[in-house]
Amino acid sequence: MLEIIVAAFLAFGIFFMFVGAVGLLRFPDFYTRLHATGKCDTLGEALIIAGLLLYHIFHYPQTPLVCVKLLFLIVFIFITNPTATYALMRSAYKTGVKPWKLGDERQ
Amino acid sequence: MDVLLKVFLIVGLVIVFTILLCTYRAVVGPGIFNRVVAVNVIGTKTIVLLVLIGYYFERPMFFDIALLYAMLNFIATLVFAKYVQRGDVCSR
Repeated sequence: MLEIIVAAFLAFGIFFMFVGAVGLLRFPDFYTRLHATGKCDTLGEALIIAGLLLYHIFHYPQTPLVCVKLLFLIVFIFITNPTATYALMRSAYKTGVKPWKLGDERQ
Repeated sequence: MDVLLKVFLIVGLVIVFTILLCTYRAVVGPGIFNRVVAVNVIGTKTIVLLVLIGYYFERPMFFDIALLYAMLNFIATLVFAKYVQRGDVCSR
């Protein structure tokens, strides 16, 4: 039962990361690529690490410090990844990168 | 448990494949911003890869490396954004 739950977490996480990578490849413009990767990577990574955290709780209960490390990693990524995305988007907007409009050619 | 270790190996290989997909954008992508976004995404995927390696080879040291890599990735992106916007990192 535990194996099925952990594998489901890993499968959803890998799905979101793959979708983020495809969005980074296929979208036409810088801002849309940032839109794809900024959310998909955060959620996918959090799901994969949550599955590993569940695995660790049931298989290595003698080392609870690693659970704290993984939990801190999830919280840290949920704070820092959107912040980095916001900083990059603001920097690109202030230096004059134009958003893509319908009918423009793909970059 | 043995089955889950094989699942971890497969997930790690898929993550390596997505890193290769992002490498295309990091090499080809027009302009400097696309490249930096691709490098940031590769760093984010590498954190997950490090945690998976730590479980697959049973080395708990890799979790500390993953934490350190997360902080380095964040600081590098912020410093790049500030540098491109202002032309200087330390000015107020």
